[in-house]
Amino acid sequence: MTAEERDPGLQPERTRLAWRRTTLSCTVAAVLAVRQTLHAGATSAGVVALSLSALAWVGFLWVANRRVQRMGGARPEPMGVGGAVTAAACVVALAVLAAFMLF
Amino acid sequence: MNEFVQSLRLWFAPQRIRAEGETPDYRFSLANERTFLAWIRTALALIGGGFAVDQFLPELSWGVRAGLALALLAAGVLCALRAVNHWVRCERAMRRGEDLPVSRFPTLLSVAVAVVAVAMVVVVLFGWEGR
Repeated sequence: MTAEERDPGLQPERTRLAWRRTTLSCTVAAVLAVRQTLHAGATSAGVVALSLSALAWVGFLWVANRRVQRMGGARPEPMGVGGAVTAAACVVALAVLAAFMLF
Repeated sequence: MNEFVQSLRLWFAPQRIRAEGETPDYRFSLANERTFLAWIRTALALIGGGFAVDQFLPELSWGVRAGLALALLAAGVLCALRAVNHWVRCERAMRRGEDLPVSRFPTLLSVAVAVVAVAMVVVVLFGWEGR
């Protein structure tokens, strides 16, 4: 039974690892945002931008975690449009806040 | 452009994509999802590059540094938006049994990254280091 259920190409496993890699990349960007704020002397505007960046990072982690948990079955459902849009929106928010932090 | 507006509508009406055609083999959907994630990582790497230019090249003049950083961040934003757009279009094409969409975005991104790299080489070699 379980041998039949398992995908021979390990597609769900690979997709899960792809999400993990992506959360790592997101974490690197978030850490660079922290460094940027500290470097600029932690002004109040900087701290607000950093908090919003942290929120975007948590949002991305939330989407990724939700998706990773759906990868348990042998034939996972395709990703929803909402998940894709939320993940991309978090990335765009990180970039916009990064641009704000430069000034 | 019309194509883009159509797929933009799909972003915010997710039920519409489920209504079209048939659900493809789950492996194709997962492969499409991994491609989407690879583009998201590219976007995140560009954003990281934008931070890195600002933080690790302090000897550059402020204008050059901010310009390069903003170019990288803008490329990151484009890349993330395009990731969703391409994913939606591929998903729809697979459901309808059509050919996958072709795109000139990878070429444009490569050219942009090459231009930034050449700009960096010029800046470092000829040293616009004065503040």
